[in-house]
Amino acid sequence: MKIAVCIKRVPDMETRFKIAASGTAVDEAGLKYDMSDFDGYAVETALQLNEKQGPGETVVISLGPDVVQEQLRKALSMGADRAVQLKAERVPTDGLVIARALAAELKGGAYDLIFFGRQAVDSANATVGPMVAELLGLPCATAVSTLDIANGRGTARRDLEGAAEIVEFALPAVVTIDEGMPRARYPSLKGIMAAKKKPLEVKPAQLGEERLTLEKMELPPERAAGRIVGEGPGAVAELVRLLHTEAKVL
Amino acid sequence: MANTFAFAESRGGALRRVAFEAVSAARALADASGGGEVHAMLVGAPGIASLAGELGKYGADMVIVVEHAGLANANVEALAATAAARIKAGGYRAAIFSASAQGRDLAPRVAAQLGVSMAADVTAFELAGDALVVKHPAYAGKVIATLKLTGSPAIVTLRPGARAAVEAVREARVESAQPTSDPGASKLVVKEMIVGGGTKLDIGDAPVIVSGGRGLKSAENFKLVEDLAAAFGNAAVGATRAVTDDGWRPHSDQIGQTGRQVSPELYVALGISGAIQHIAGMRNSRTIVAINKDKEAPIFKVADYGIVGDVIEILPVLTAAVKEARAKG
Repeated sequence: MKIAVCIKRVPDMETRFKIAASGTAVDEAGLKYDMSDFDGYAVETALQLNEKQGPGETVVISLGPDVVQEQLRKALSMGADRAVQLKAERVPTDGLVIARALAAELKGGAYDLIFFGRQAVDSANATVGPMVAELLGLPCATAVSTLDIANGRGTARRDLEGAAEIVEFALPAVVTIDEGMPRARYPSLKGIMAAKKKPLEVKPAQLGEERLTLEKMELPPERAAGRIVGEGPGAVAELVRLLHTEAKVL
Repeated sequence: MANTFAFAESRGGALRRVAFEAVSAARALADASGGGEVHAMLVGAPGIASLAGELGKYGADMVIVVEHAGLANANVEALAATAAARIKAGGYRAAIFSASAQGRDLAPRVAAQLGVSMAADVTAFELAGDALVVKHPAYAGKVIATLKLTGSPAIVTLRPGARAAVEAVREARVESAQPTSDPGASKLVVKEMIVGGGTKLDIGDAPVIVSGGRGLKSAENFKLVEDLAAAFGNAAVGATRAVTDDGWRPHSDQIGQTGRQVSPELYVALGISGAIQHIAGMRNSRTIVAINKDKEAPIFKVADYGIVGDVIEILPVLTAAVKEARAKG
């Protein structure tokens, strides 16, 4: 199958972020970057599908400045066949602008499947995948935790709040990958060497005007320091008393 | 005096809490823009119209009821076409959806169909001239972004629990509508709904969440966590990523950056050290209690009340004490 995987370069979320002097971005000093967690699962899912069902082609696509080539190369070293960078000075804030640029690239690509991570772990919008599906007139299974592909159809499980649904859809389709799907493999040394020779095409991203713009970024207010009520089972009575009289939640 | 649209989410023939939150948010927005009407869309199998009155209680002036046998389960393509057509025809200033699994599936399709931009997973919003200014937690909840959305209608998904539904009683009139596209023609359909454990409360709806980490030591010991949840009576059980990765609990129970983000009245963290990934999912809880054997554990930095000790030893005592407190009322 021909599978496209759209990936995003994001900073490591374990970082203690600071706000940059501009007030509209995080301070990039010292940040480590990788592809967004769910995007890594999406690359892995595509690779496994093509390994099991071969022959196929896995194409990774990322929109952004030249630094995104680092994540595209990583996907190639995991086993993707070729990469496309949609070059832009920065990743737009407006998901529709991103979706339109990706849809323009994906349209006519004859992909059986187009994968996204459930959401980018930094901007956390989860909008681009379903928007691309709509723009291309394709079905979209969002936030799937299982996926089976057979005979030109897909079956997936979507975890809802306190429930789940099993969806069935016709290919071609867009699928966004959630927790529960396989974790990204570590590139092998052989994979890293092979990736250097794989094609990475750079094209300008077709970006429209943004109608969602970033005005400010700030750190959330710190929680006031709490207190240790005591040690061991003996502290339970005092905890329950505080929950009743002070926090008024019991 | 523009009108505002709200999508009222239902499941299995019942309205979800997020439906009231969306209607209530639309009410606030309509009032802020000079008192326009709130039109709520309610979609489901025949019979769903009986729920329309409940939406009036939270400020809907009109409920657009779309009843169809093919809409007993969510059908995102038919829903998106129907909502987009109605939003376009209604000339709304804004359309509020929930940032739930269903709303996150639906709203981006509606926005793309209408060719308008949207703001996702917002916790607060206000009108500023022609724009809607929203707050959106990003970077695993460690950064709050303020975003400006221009264009009309402004499409927004509202984070569940971020804004409590406020009563604003109205006699909502009902308008019946048909789906714009045939649900049977959708390329993606729900084949099966799996509803978890009968009356079990979902972590997104429960006022109290008791959550367990590796400190529980085994899947079997989650029985102690379930016992505490039962003692509260209004609690759901959550878990850390380490626990769901080990298969002790289902992935859908995971609270954290890559799981669910929750903000209950009370969050009880049991044997949870407090990795950044987990704290990202629960730091907005009103009151946080932590029980952990390591007094240096980062969870104590966000907890209002902490007990240092062995969670397996403490849990039965806590469960008994909560039962007793509940019995006293």
